[in-house]
Parts: sequence; structure tokens; C-alpha cells
Amino acid sequence: MMKSVFKLMGAILLSLTVMSVYATPVDTYEFKSAENQKRALELAHSLRCPQCQNQNLIDSNSPVAQDLRLEVYQMVDAGKDYDEVIEFMTSRYGDFVLYKPRMEPKTYILWLGPFGLLIVGFLIGFYFVRKQRISQVDDQEISAEEQKELDRLLNRDDQ
Amino acid sequence: MKKLVLFIPLIIVMGMGAFLYKGLFLNPQQLDSALEGKPIPAFQLERLEDSSETITNETLKGQVALLNVWATWCPSCKYEHPYLMRFARQNILPIYGINYRDDRALAIRELNRQGDPYIKNIFDHDGRLGLDLGVYGAPESFLVDHNGIIRFRYAGPIDQRVWNETLLPMIKELQAVAKQEGAS
Repeated sequence: MMKSVFKLMGAILLSLTVMSVYATPVDTYEFKSAENQKRALELAHSLRCPQCQNQNLIDSNSPVAQDLRLEVYQMVDAGKDYDEVIEFMTSRYGDFVLYKPRMEPKTYILWLGPFGLLIVGFLIGFYFVRKQRISQVDDQEISAEEQKELDRLLNRDDQ
Repeated sequence: MKKLVLFIPLIIVMGMGAFLYKGLFLNPQQLDSALEGKPIPAFQLERLEDSSETITNETLKGQVALLNVWATWCPSCKYEHPYLMRFARQNILPIYGINYRDDRALAIRELNRQGDPYIKNIFDHDGRLGLDLGVYGAPESFLVDHNGIIRFRYAGPIDQRVWNETLLPMIKELQAVAKQEGAS
């Protein structure tokens, strides 16, 4: 009984995921070649919709995204390369439409900042480890009084 | 010295806090236009009110002007409309409308009913001019100088506050420059 319930749930879940794959807006655009289609879809996936800001051009159903999607398809089909399409988009909508920011002086902190932080972390770690090692070498001896106190504490534990 | 080192993390966290706190008040919907400083994209479109008349990017040159992207399907445009009417009456600068992805008859009816603040309306039916302008939602307004260069884009409805605090000072400045260059 239980098993069949699980099976049913599995089937429902599976059908839901399959459906969601096809739930993206359907376009009827006919590409000249399958290769063009693949390239255009990849491009449209990597561009952000300026209106629905957390969706890419494929996911979004807004009129702007539809226009831009069509534009990308047509440009790719007309033989335009990656850089030309990106240039077309950014010259109108700014760098905002790129999910992956370009490497330029403005974005150095974005790209290189994490590595900088990593290096700073290593330096700090190095500093502390070295300091600890030095302090381990010192303070090896304790005075007679401290030894007595230590013995007393240790013996108290035994009783 | 050693004590000072202990404060470094606190200082870093406070710095980040200030940075992120400021971020709370930024509007992610307000994007910088990529077209500021660039000329109006070339276009050749019919006039909304009269399909036999063509308007091109050259038409807009010669004086500081405001381009307002609007449509009848856009609720924020209706909010903005009375303000535009007021600014048009003050006669500070010509306001051109860009009727964006709209129905011609509906748009004309709307203007007849609600009043027409625009000098002329550009009929951008398929949104091509909008696309070239980087419009991502109506209403949007573009401030254009006398050379036809886009100086500022405001996304969202203009009201009295936006006008007083942002647009009017810029318009005054641009008009002063235009006057200077026109005189010399």
C-alpha cells in the first residue's frame, strides 16, 4: 500500500518537473539551423531581462524580454557573433543585462576582491600561527610555587 | 599597537555595515541608462496624430526637449499625466511623446479625453524606437539637449517632486548652455 503511494507521488513529482521544463514561454521562431538555435538560446539565457530583473530573457514573459529575445534570435540567425549581440544589448540597456560582468577597471574589485580577501586571510593566519609558535617556545618553566600549586590541584582530583 | 590591531575587524565590519546600509535605500528598478551622453538613435516614424507626417531624430534637434515614453496600457502613465499637463502649461520646454507599443485609435482617444501635453507624438507601434532607447517599461522620460544628445533618463512616473528636484535644475542648466552656444 505504502509503496504504491510513494510510486504515485514520484510519478506526480516527475510529471511536474517535466511540465515545468516546458512551462517557459513558447516561441515559434524558426531558426535556419539547429546550431544557430543552440547558440541563440545560450545567449538569451545569459542575458538578463531589464524589466523582470531576476529572470533571463528566456524565462521572462514581459514584452521587453520578448522583443529582446526575438532580437537575439534574429541577430544570431543573421550570422552575428557573440560580441556583436552583447554589444547591441549593452549599448541599449547597459552592463546590467549581463549576468557575468565584464572584466574592466570598474569591475576589478568584483573579480579580484575575493582573491584579495583570501590573501589577506592567509597573511593573518600566517601571522597568528607564527606568533603562537614563538610563544610556545617561551614560558616552558614554572616556578617552584606554581609547581606546588599544580601538585595540590592534581592531588585534589585524585581524592 | 596590539590593541589597535584588535579593532581592525570591528572597523571592517562597520565599514561594510555602512556600505550595505546605504544599499538598502538604492532602488534596483532604477537603472542607469546606457544612452546618456549619446545621440538619440536614428529613427523615422509616423506621427501619432497624423500618419502622413514623419518624425525623425532630426526633428528633435535644436532645443532642449523632454521625450516621454507613454502608452494607454500603462497605469503609471495615467498617474504622471496631470503633472505633464501642468509642466506643458508652464511652457518651459517642448515635451514630445513616444507612444510606445500602443493602439493608435485608443491613444488618440485618450489624449482627446485627458488632454494632450505633447507638442507631437511619435507613434512607436512595434517598440523599435523604445528598444533602441533602452526602454524597459513605460513611463520613461529622456532629457535631450539642443544637439540631440540624451542627457538624462528618468524611469518611472514624473511627479512634482521629481520635476522640482531632478529635472528642472537640469533643464535650466541645459537651456543655459544652449543659449550660450546659440548666441556665440
